[in-house]
Amino acid sequence: MNEAGPVTAPSDAPLLKVKDLCVHFHLPRKNLMTPGGTVYAVDGVSFDVPRGKTFGIVGESGSGKSTTALAVMRLVNATSGSIELNGTEMLGLEGNELRKIRRQLQIIFQDPFSSLNPRVRAGQIVREPLDLMDVGDPASRDDRVSELFAKVGLRPEQQALFPHQFSGGQRQRIGVARALATQPELIVCDEPVSALDVAIQAQILNLLRELQNEFGLTYLFISHDLGVVQYVCDEIAVMYLGRVVEQADRISLFKTPLHPYTWALLSAVPSADPARIGTERIRLQGDPPSPINPPEGCRFASRCPFATDQCHASDPPLRTIRNGHRVACHLVGDDGTAPHQSHGH
Amino acid sequence: MTETVLEVENLQVEFKTRNGIARVLNDVGFSVQRGQTLGIVGESGCGKSMTALSIMGLVPTPPGRIAGGQIRYLGEDLLAASESRMRDLRGNEVSMIFQEPMTSLNPVFTVGEQIAESVRLHEGLNKRDARDRAVEMLKAVGIPAAERRVREYPHQLSGGMRQRVMIAMALACRPSILIADEPTTALDVTVQAQIFDLLKELQESTQTAIIMITHDMGAVAEMTERVLVMYAGRVVEDGLTTEILTNPKHPYTKGLISCVPHLEAEPKPERPPLTEIPGVVPSLTELGTGCPFAPRCNEVLPKCRSDMPVTEQTGPDHRAACWALDAKGAAA
Repeated sequence: MNEAGPVTAPSDAPLLKVKDLCVHFHLPRKNLMTPGGTVYAVDGVSFDVPRGKTFGIVGESGSGKSTTALAVMRLVNATSGSIELNGTEMLGLEGNELRKIRRQLQIIFQDPFSSLNPRVRAGQIVREPLDLMDVGDPASRDDRVSELFAKVGLRPEQQALFPHQFSGGQRQRIGVARALATQPELIVCDEPVSALDVAIQAQILNLLRELQNEFGLTYLFISHDLGVVQYVCDEIAVMYLGRVVEQADRISLFKTPLHPYTWALLSAVPSADPARIGTERIRLQGDPPSPINPPEGCRFASRCPFATDQCHASDPPLRTIRNGHRVACHLVGDDGTAPHQSHGH
Repeated sequence: MTETVLEVENLQVEFKTRNGIARVLNDVGFSVQRGQTLGIVGESGCGKSMTALSIMGLVPTPPGRIAGGQIRYLGEDLLAASESRMRDLRGNEVSMIFQEPMTSLNPVFTVGEQIAESVRLHEGLNKRDARDRAVEMLKAVGIPAAERRVREYPHQLSGGMRQRVMIAMALACRPSILIADEPTTALDVTVQAQIFDLLKELQESTQTAIIMITHDMGAVAEMTERVLVMYAGRVVEDGLTTEILTNPKHPYTKGLISCVPHLEAEPKPERPPLTEIPGVVPSLTELGTGCPFAPRCNEVLPKCRSDMPVTEQTGPDHRAACWALDAKGAAA
């Protein structure tokens, strides 16, 4: 299959198709007699990322959102499933073929302090992917670096500086320039603003949107900040303990959340929006359970205020309720009534 | 009913650095009432945490130095207090919880021992009574199976549980003031909501005054009655939280409120660009005579670059320090 080379998919096809993705980590056994546990970090996740759009994955720590992103980047090995970029299956690619496809996808990391090599000058950091992937001739690369610096709002003379000479926001701009260098189609943004000061976050979010409009970029946007996700993303998947529990476009997800977890997550966010103050609140008890050997049945059942015997016994499948709004919950009616509505809340 | 527990006046803190004297706090003043929550907001480096450390008497000296002003706890001047008096107060009358619960708990002692330590020290309880108090506190902060948890070490607890332990420790001696420095930044939102509820409940029953340091306007809206906005070591705006959130006067406050996307109950289809605060926080050694926010301000006037704005009353319980207010007032 890989010998066939990249298949050009029609432009209305999704850029990225993730199907039944599983990433399991095996833990070392504690003694000779008992088998070691398994961390089901990502356990059967499927979604399509449309071209030119921003697809968001939200969830709390341990939900598997970052592992999903890293698996898409081929930075952690998937246990099973399929990841297709532009019609090419990425799992199983090795060596040159993998390097070739990596030109089309880049990543922006969370922490601009640890993701830039402190001993390399900013210009060289941005140039490195061009050298590594042999893009253009060496002479034209200098021009490309200058162009990228201008695009992300840095001055040309700053190419000669080292990372420690930049502020946090500027460093993240270097990270953005590096991700743009090879003209990728898909950029994975792994919590790109959560390490930045509040006043700087807007600068980077605005920059990401401008660049998307200019270059038709597709983003896979990972975040725990629901305010940011609501603003940036067109389509959002909510993850809980390695599974997608709900997925919808931004308007219907926030206006009519169906899964009790999504509802709880939204109501937990403290907000300065006067319209949200005084709205119905729900408080989850306890912490998310460990993804090591998770419970049978619905993984949210142990914290769900509406859980029934059925929820503890069988695992709800992700099903479509209405145009593109998918949810994995036994208690959501086929007509789209959510459990928190039918319980008189 | 409204007893003032803490008053800070004209507080000045300086740090000696290689590039000269940095004025970390400049003319900072506020007061906190019993049972009330005061929020302090601003970007990193604006002096929020330094204000907290000054109250606790924990400014590292040298290089730091409290250069002037007063901090009065129930009328007593803390800046004049002896170190042994401060040790009596700390953890007993004035407590603090820190941002990162993992690094602020001692990994080699059980959580029970750590909670018991402060009550044994301050209240002279014996080992058994102190242990009982620790269990009682763990129950109060909602930790299940407290009798078992009290014997566990910090690494055996989740992040939310550790922060609960920190709160239990801080409240064990029933302090009058609790300083919470970004208490939930390291936590997930559903756990953050639990911690906020817990703080509110405990405050209701103990009438502790809380000073909450944060950068999250949502947390300010949820938790505080009054708020202090700080920039470059100065208070630029303060007043009732509802006033400031709905009717901010200082351009910096306006920027802080609008520069992060707030979660809306019904998102609109169109998404205008976010308001940016351009540039970065200035270096504290290179401040001129003018308003420190002037280089980043979108309402800047010529006067702002040369003269420090005066704090003015802009409402019954609302003050701001900005020359542009004057200009608008004169025009109106």
